[in-house]
Amino acid sequence: MTPHPTATPAYPDIKPPVTSIGLIGWIRANLFNSWFNSILTLLVLAGLFKTVPPMVKWAFIDSLWTSTSAECHADGGACWSIITANIRFILFGFYPPDQQWRPLSAMILLVVMLLITRNRRWWHRALAWAWVAALTAMWLLMRGGFIGLQFVESTQWGGMPLTLILAIFGLTAAYPLGVVLALGRQSRMPAIKSLCVIYIELIRGVPLISLLFMSSVIFPLFLPEGITVNKIIRAQAAIILFTAAYIAEVVRGGLQAIPKGQFEAADSLGLNYFQTMRLVVLPQALKIVIPPTVSILISAFKDTSLVVIIALYDILKTTQSTLSNPKWMGFSTEAYIFLAAVYFLCCFFMSNWSRQLEKDLST
Amino acid sequence: MDQQTPTTPTEPQEKISFWHDPDRLAIFYQALALTIVVLVGYYLFSNTLTNLERQNIATGFGFFGKEAAFEIGESLISYSAADTYFRALAVGVLNTLKVAFAGIILTVILGTFVGIARLSSNWLVSRLAAVYTEVLQDIPVLLQLFFWYAIFYEVLPSPRQALNPVAGVFMSNRGLVVGVPETHPAHAWMLAAFAAGCLAVWLLRRWAVHRQEETGRIFPVFWSAVAILLVLPALAWVAGGAPTAMNVPELQGFNFEGGINISPEFSALLLGLVLYTAAFVAEIVRAGIQSVSHGQTEAAMSLGLRPGKVLQLVILPQALRVIIPPLTSQMLNLTKNSSLAVAIGYPDFVSVANTTINQTGQAIEGIALIMAVYLFFSLTTSVFMNWYNKKVKLVER
Amino acid sequence: MKGRITVLAVALLAVCMLLPAGLFAGETLDAVKKKGVVTVGVNGGLFGFGQPDETGEWKGLDVDTGRAIATAVFGDPTKVKFVPLTAVQRFTALQSGEIDVLCRNATRTLTRDTQLGLNFVTVNYYDGQAFMVAKKLGVKSAKELSGATVCVLPGTTTEQNAADFFRTNDMKWKPVVIEQTAELAKTFFAGRCDCLTSDASQLAGTRAVAPNPADYIILPEVISKEPLAPAVRHGDDQWRDIVDYAVLAMINAEELGITSANVDEMLKSGNPVIQRFLGVTEGNGAALGLDEKFAYNIVKQVGNYGEVFERNVGVNTPLGLERGLNALWTDGGLMYSPPFK
Repeated sequence: MTPHPTATPAYPDIKPPVTSIGLIGWIRANLFNSWFNSILTLLVLAGLFKTVPPMVKWAFIDSLWTSTSAECHADGGACWSIITANIRFILFGFYPPDQQWRPLSAMILLVVMLLITRNRRWWHRALAWAWVAALTAMWLLMRGGFIGLQFVESTQWGGMPLTLILAIFGLTAAYPLGVVLALGRQSRMPAIKSLCVIYIELIRGVPLISLLFMSSVIFPLFLPEGITVNKIIRAQAAIILFTAAYIAEVVRGGLQAIPKGQFEAADSLGLNYFQTMRLVVLPQALKIVIPPTVSILISAFKDTSLVVIIALYDILKTTQSTLSNPKWMGFSTEAYIFLAAVYFLCCFFMSNWSRQLEKDLST
Repeated sequence: MDQQTPTTPTEPQEKISFWHDPDRLAIFYQALALTIVVLVGYYLFSNTLTNLERQNIATGFGFFGKEAAFEIGESLISYSAADTYFRALAVGVLNTLKVAFAGIILTVILGTFVGIARLSSNWLVSRLAAVYTEVLQDIPVLLQLFFWYAIFYEVLPSPRQALNPVAGVFMSNRGLVVGVPETHPAHAWMLAAFAAGCLAVWLLRRWAVHRQEETGRIFPVFWSAVAILLVLPALAWVAGGAPTAMNVPELQGFNFEGGINISPEFSALLLGLVLYTAAFVAEIVRAGIQSVSHGQTEAAMSLGLRPGKVLQLVILPQALRVIIPPLTSQMLNLTKNSSLAVAIGYPDFVSVANTTINQTGQAIEGIALIMAVYLFFSLTTSVFMNWYNKKVKLVER
Repeated sequence: MKGRITVLAVALLAVCMLLPAGLFAGETLDAVKKKGVVTVGVNGGLFGFGQPDETGEWKGLDVDTGRAIATAVFGDPTKVKFVPLTAVQRFTALQSGEIDVLCRNATRTLTRDTQLGLNFVTVNYYDGQAFMVAKKLGVKSAKELSGATVCVLPGTTTEQNAADFFRTNDMKWKPVVIEQTAELAKTFFAGRCDCLTSDASQLAGTRAVAPNPADYIILPEVISKEPLAPAVRHGDDQWRDIVDYAVLAMINAEELGITSANVDEMLKSGNPVIQRFLGVTEGNGAALGLDEKFAYNIVKQVGNYGEVFERNVGVNTPLGLERGLNALWTDGGLMYSPPFK
């Protein structure tokens, strides 16, 4: 016998037990939903309790922000003064101090461009030109030598602008090369295909540092006597050659995702190879590979730190140079944490962007 | 015009201009590309030769046989400053392999743990795992290495105040020193027994698979394997006279003598590489597990498989298919990143080659060696992983 | 069609642009004058010899030597560009022409003078390798260092000397090699090594920056000779002479008692030696292909050797080095200049 449905209204709706809703319910469901999870939660909490308060005390409560090095040595907390006292050299390296508004405004220009680009509503052809203009402007601003701006040689560029330039110019210049290599690798011509495969696999098989060594130590021997290329340009070239091989692989992925029908349709329209690629295949393929390209930008940005090993003054090297000053020796933890935060913020911005793009473009 | 002779099919082909004949164009382009590459290559090569000759720089690998005259901090084979450059470079290669091998194993373990932790239903655990992957992925590995190395030598005490958590284990800024059994002939026998055990397990597995296919009965291969691999070496140990003497480290003069020493440089390099790469592996593992639809688990369960078997027979084979290719490239990345050892003083191949370049002045040979060695590592790893990938690939009907 | 032709044209042009590039090689002095600066390779991380200070300005004995060379050529110590180099890079940078002169505490050795295609000029610092240990170890002599862990810069003569020393004395040791001087010093102070070996000047410098300098002693043994000298490329004798006499001018000025403070008065000196040196009596400059006032300019704008020494590494600096071997020959040192005539 089934109970009569009219019987239920006699009782009001019973609220769920307090232990399954609200904060307590959330805690039960997410932290203590089984004995194993309960133990895990307790262990993690204990670990956090052990480590976080002393760290906070060290980093914020006992820390010194604008003191001299002597006061720092006397104090037990973090010495952030090493950053505040040397921030100019860390950020701009050897750039003439009275001219440092120039790298600063170049960097601001770059950040503004990145913020604009982040919003997909602005993606027009005009934006591409704006980027070209902005990069040129950055370069000119850094270099000077016109309308009263003092000429600053690229060997004097250092710190953050150098890091950014190596990464962004590296990616920009590597992109076309990478696309050409990817097309070459997909080509039906055996000689071209094997040249591209050899290049890509060779570069991907060796560490970046060996290319940097090559650019800094033996590349000069490749050139005729009396011809020299500036150290920064050589390192930049190594980064470009390196990044191009990785871009080629990413673009290849995009090319492979294009259905065969697209090629056949283009062929039947009578388009030749270059027209097919330019008008049909690449626009689709490159759109697919935008998110992984941002990941390559992130690794290029991180990889620029390796130029330390060939004595270029990027932001890591300027920081180390500060650390080797007798006054500030021994505060490496603070300096490295500061740098880690800088790198993290930049990369986090980009990786979030890449994730958002992936979502937007997956339609 | 009443002539209606149709044009022969060959005629229009002859009229195709050079620029519209894909076959001839292809040959032309390839010839052009090859010519340019050869010309540029020759140009650089001849410049280099002129420069080397003009500056009177020695060439060739003749230095291999000369005395290296520099000491190396840690080595898997015996080495002294009186040995040749060749042996010094071999020490470097072995040191690179040592850190890469240990690094890959630890990375896979840690990465799998963190990847699973990210999928945990425990909010705290999954958040922590997420923070870990996000933060460590976004900090350059070189910076992490500097950081860990600084921690190792600045925080740990000097050898005379070494931490001694367990008997025979000492931690100081000279590294971790661990007591090991005194060398004894029985050890060789134990190794041989272990190898024999491996062979026996392999045969046993083949037999078990065969029997299951024939009769449907399942043989407990895993537990028998554990038993064989433990019992055989133990028997060899007893048969060899059951040596128990330990080589315990002792503080003598400046440093610990005896035992094995894991240097701070090695530890910092290993730690930095593992923590960095594991962040990437965790993402890969997570994606791999998520790629197997829940329906698969339910289907396996409804077939009556136990959870362990579900993981082993249904989820893992499918997840591995997604995991292996990106995992391979992470392993290669780890190996290549181990070249950053040069920055924190671990004598890996790049570091030894660097010293060699500096002493012989032969930069081209040195850098060519570095590239060749890493290329060899990369190619062999990808060949092996491709083979493995083929093995775990699902064969679709 | 057009596209292809453009591609072809660009490719060919690229090849053509590369090919004739070899024709521009020239004498170093002409090249330097054309550029308007002397490019000097320096250490970059060695306090007292070559390191940028907080404002990014280069400081050090080697740096000032570079400035003296620039002054000799242009009469202006600012017409110089410093290129920081690692130990591995330094010689190729010079060989390839990336730098015009190397002032990077490089030891003059037979191999380097011959096989590396270099020419060393007059020594600007006489050094020797020694060991530094923490006092609390109670070590009195380098002979007691058996079994020690030793911090050392890789790929330098230092590393070889240390290996030779321990081999000759049949002692065991373990090197910890780190490329950067500062990084190496930090590791040593943290106790990673029992002892630090390097040129005595560097050890003094390192000790000066220790958390507590009195905790460390430099052992008495000096195990090597390290004549540190600027180097130029093989084959350009004129440039070699210029660099040589730029260094010697500083030494000679000290011998003659000329300083940056009194050099203007000295112009009026009746002493023919001084007149010749400062270019009042002409001849020296023309012989080198330089301005007649080159020595005057060096002393006026950079200083004599003694001044440069005291300013960068002398007793009143954190390094606190005595003149020792680097005193004038008249004071028992090795600094000696041929006559400027």
